[in-house]
Amino acid sequence: MYLNNLLLTNRSMIRRLGFTMCFTAFAVLTGCGVRFDMQDQPRYKAYKKSEFFADKRASRDAPEGTIARGQLRDNKAFYTGKIDNPNPNAEVAATTNAAGNTIVTSFPNAIDEFPIPVTKELVDRGQERYNIYCIVCHGPVGKGDGMIVRRGFSAPPTYHDDRLRNAPVGHFFDVISNGWGKMNSYGAQIQPADRWAIVAYIRALQVSQNPETNLKMNNSTEANTTAPKAAEPANTHGGGK
Amino acid sequence: MAQIFNKSANNIAKISMVLVVVLAGVAGFAFTQISRSSYLTGRYLEKQQPVQFSHKHHVGDDGIDCRYCHTSVETTASAGMPPTQTCMNCHSQIWADSPYLEPVRASFRDNKPIEWERVHDLPEYTYFNHSIHVAKGVGCSTCHGQIDNMPAVYQENTLQMEWCLACHRNPEKFIRPKSEIYNMKWQDGDLDTAERDKLKADYKIRSREMMTSCSTCHR
Repeated sequence: MYLNNLLLTNRSMIRRLGFTMCFTAFAVLTGCGVRFDMQDQPRYKAYKKSEFFADKRASRDAPEGTIARGQLRDNKAFYTGKIDNPNPNAEVAATTNAAGNTIVTSFPNAIDEFPIPVTKELVDRGQERYNIYCIVCHGPVGKGDGMIVRRGFSAPPTYHDDRLRNAPVGHFFDVISNGWGKMNSYGAQIQPADRWAIVAYIRALQVSQNPETNLKMNNSTEANTTAPKAAEPANTHGGGK
Repeated sequence: MAQIFNKSANNIAKISMVLVVVLAGVAGFAFTQISRSSYLTGRYLEKQQPVQFSHKHHVGDDGIDCRYCHTSVETTASAGMPPTQTCMNCHSQIWADSPYLEPVRASFRDNKPIEWERVHDLPEYTYFNHSIHVAKGVGCSTCHGQIDNMPAVYQENTLQMEWCLACHRNPEKFIRPKSEIYNMKWQDGDLDTAERDKLKADYKIRSREMMTSCSTCHR
């Protein structure tokens, strides 16, 4: 009797042990009861949602009126493509085309020379960037026949007419930075140094489509010692607004 | 006194010894399979997004470069999610009245970001940086699969540590020339072994010991 009792207790103990082991194995297998504190840590990764801020964005804009180190951007020509003291009321020559759109033909505030040395590397970089950001509308050689235009977007003007061949480089930079007509600003997508690279490539495209025309290209490498290349190399990201 | 065990207990004991080994083996195998299953890794599961955005259309049909939207992939840890303005670059005119795009227009109007569902969610004890992978010849499709064929993006790989290590141990099997990083059609067979070994040297990819050191990914 005593033995029998002992066995019974042992049996129920074994059963309980067995159940616990099975449950643990099940819990491990199905991932139940596993904590995810390390998986999801209480810190913000890029684009994470935050309940703390009213707009729920963990990635914050810099407070208004502040300038991050190295982003003073006091080189006007490099960062705006405009002359010192541009005149906002400068008179602009314009004509109206067949479709009734106003076509600006003079660009009084734009700088006429590249603020950085134009090298093969710059043009190559420009080609790469052009094929990412510009080709979608302006097309592979800048005739304004990109895929998005074929899908129904307003066709941009071709680069290969006298008006844009004679337009100063600062104008192209300004258009990339701030948009023009139906084109939105690409300032957030393309860094200033890359914008100049694209302008250089646009000039190369213009030569390629019309080699006879004498272009106002400034290839001098020594004239531009003030280029703020060190201040913001082409491969830094952020703050391009 | 009665026998505690009757005769059949002999057989039960023998069979149970074999069964324990077999069951342990099956359980071990089941564990390896279940832990790699898409149920636990999220692999191949399409996520529903607030906008029916199709990479198949934008990348495959329109040929838009990855970097048009994911602008920071070459320079920062995060590849970058486009602001709504990037959508409006084209959709200010194209499909401008489509009800499908109302969430995009609402986001642009109200200056509120679209809340996309994250598809690739690495555990936060791993340090991952897009820019270094792109700079060392790892193409988008190596990890993300053929995005240009995905109407809704899903996770192509398990994102488990063994998957990371497969490449960190033998990067020369997966790298490609810089010009092909954003090429969705690239196959690993497009380059022979010798060329890929040369690429590995050109990219100055570090030794296997460095690449598989704990602190390379867990910092």
